[in-house]
Amino acid sequence: MVHVSATPVLALRGVSKRFGAVQALTDVDLEVHAGEVVALVGDNGAGKSTLVKTIAGVHPIDDGVIEWQGNPVKINKPHDAQGLGVATVYQDLALCDNLDVVGNLYLGRELLHRGVIDEVTMEKNSRELLSTLSIRIPSVRIPIASLSGGQRQVVAIARALIGDPKLVILDEPTAALGVEQTAQVLDLVERLRERDLAVILISHNMADVKAVADTVAVLRLGKNNGSFPVKDTSHEEIIAAITGATDNAVTRRAERRTTEAAK
Amino acid sequence: MSDTSKTVKSDPATTGKVTDGEGVVEEQDTVAPADDPTAAPVTVVDPRLLVREEGLKGYVTEFKRKVKGGELGSLPVVIGLIVIWTIFQFQNDRFLSADNLSQISYFLSATGMLAIGLVFVLLLGEIDLSVGSVSGLASTLFAVLAVNQGVSAWLALALAVLTGIAIGALHGWFFAKVGVPAFVVTLAGFLGWNGVMLWLLGDSGTINIPSDEGPVRLLGQSSFFMDQAIIGAYILAGLAVTLSLVGNFGEQRRRRAAGVPFRPTSEILLRVGALALASFAAAAVLNNASGVSNALVIFLAALVIVDFVLRRTTYGRQVFAVGGGIEAARRAGINVPMVRITVFAISGGFAAVGGMFFAGQTASATLSAGGGNTLMLAIAAAVIGGTSLFGGRGSVWSALLGMLVIQSIQTGLNLLNMNTSIQYMITGAVLLGAVVIDSVSRKSQKAAGRA
Repeated sequence: MVHVSATPVLALRGVSKRFGAVQALTDVDLEVHAGEVVALVGDNGAGKSTLVKTIAGVHPIDDGVIEWQGNPVKINKPHDAQGLGVATVYQDLALCDNLDVVGNLYLGRELLHRGVIDEVTMEKNSRELLSTLSIRIPSVRIPIASLSGGQRQVVAIARALIGDPKLVILDEPTAALGVEQTAQVLDLVERLRERDLAVILISHNMADVKAVADTVAVLRLGKNNGSFPVKDTSHEEIIAAITGATDNAVTRRAERRTTEAAK
Repeated sequence: MSDTSKTVKSDPATTGKVTDGEGVVEEQDTVAPADDPTAAPVTVVDPRLLVREEGLKGYVTEFKRKVKGGELGSLPVVIGLIVIWTIFQFQNDRFLSADNLSQISYFLSATGMLAIGLVFVLLLGEIDLSVGSVSGLASTLFAVLAVNQGVSAWLALALAVLTGIAIGALHGWFFAKVGVPAFVVTLAGFLGWNGVMLWLLGDSGTINIPSDEGPVRLLGQSSFFMDQAIIGAYILAGLAVTLSLVGNFGEQRRRRAAGVPFRPTSEILLRVGALALASFAAAAVLNNASGVSNALVIFLAALVIVDFVLRRTTYGRQVFAVGGGIEAARRAGINVPMVRITVFAISGGFAAVGGMFFAGQTASATLSAGGGNTLMLAIAAAVIGGTSLFGGRGSVWSALLGMLVIQSIQTGLNLLNMNTSIQYMITGAVLLGAVVIDSVSRKSQKAAGRA
């Protein structure tokens, strides 16, 4: 299923980040290859968001090296990350309700035809993009306001793809969605992988992670706490890595249940 | 609701034939990947989505749905205009005479210019309370420069407009960079710039501007397009129709070539036909009086240009984006402070141009210029015309539609010799009515999931 290329698209080596007295990230390593979905999991405050923001250029790193396709790069501002080909879809989507789907997809990078916005080409490209992603939207000309939460999420993800990125970061894409919409977004994540993009997926939902991710990278208290191939790892092992112990409420409960079942 | 629900029920049977907003049937891929577990029971289009049918029936159902959903567009203003004209015509049969309509068309252009600038500000969801004072200051500055200082009239005009732009930019800077609410900044401007104007006028109180040459003559009441030639009005109407025809068919051709939905020829002909009817009727009426005033021509040209800027350029898209969601605009790389400052500068510039129009009307700069209800009328015009106070929705044509309503009321009440007190009360009520329509339609848009 996974055909991993030799050089990772993005590699973090020993990345550290401090905010005042708080050491948010300590010596974190992370590798993402083209055509690979890496799920970044961890408890609240584990440093997932900070890590993503360092990649997206919101927070420059203090120590360590970021390698882009094998070459060390500096990412100091969001523009740097976009220039490299990192597209980030934040949890709060940030779409303009009053603009239509095409307007939102191309917001900030409108195509021009003799100095005038080229609505025709933009609409054509949007329809092609949405149909290759099998995104179901009644019309690309309806305002975002009339779309459901799931449809907005897929539009936000599609928007990230307009700039031809190599790495897509999805921050909790399914957090606010229903069953059906979650399935749509997960489909979309798989299609990103098929297009040979590298994907970093932040999620609290183990079912989602197990469904689409190839690798699970666990953060705990700002440090790496293991990286597991999804198909060989059980749900409990990941939970244990997130919570930092094999002996905790969750595993105790699981053991209790298995012993009960054995009786 | 019965009509729309019928179309909805019939839809799943058609499996994947979708009519989109442009009214053209298109095919969509119904086949989902085989490994997709969610795809099997789901057709491509959610059957609950309202889609427009082709043909005339589609228009009717779409129209009903839009009205129910609170997307009123220019419907209230058209109805309002018909009601107002009917009432005044019954009160005084000179109201719909060519001369009176010509008066309306001339006097609406000055406040209309202010309203154009306000449309920009309203699109951001902000308000500019200083436009009246800035227009008064601009006319005074022009008079002081051109009459008292002997500067060439056109140079004085340019300086006055530049001053308006600079004042607007200053307001925008305080709003965007310092973070003072636009309401407060422009309220301060409303007072402050009025004070500057009074100080410039000094003891004299009034400066008369010679109206036999230069911009004041051009904007005066006795200056007409092509010197009252009958053909002038028809040339303008023909120009509008031709441009609209060429633009529509050009777009249709490009869209067809690109394989995206396009407007059917029948719809284009219907739209252009309506435009032709309205513009040639207006031209005939104005010709019956004395022709098309140059002030109106300039106002209409400004509308066309600004409409183009707002709908077809990157800058216009940025204005709408900032009005629709600041955070989204910022993340998309739009320079939000720049958009805000320029929008207020545009508002100031149009206010100054409007001030020149006022000066043209009276051929003087007076203490009362830009005072009184000028500001209220300009805001009322933009809002009545359908530009939302909540930002992100509207069109610059609302300046024209709203001014038609406002000026009709003004002229009608003058014709009936109504007291200023009554005029203020009625205008206030109309403004409140327009804002109520805006708020209610926004609420029902939210309920219908369109806002």
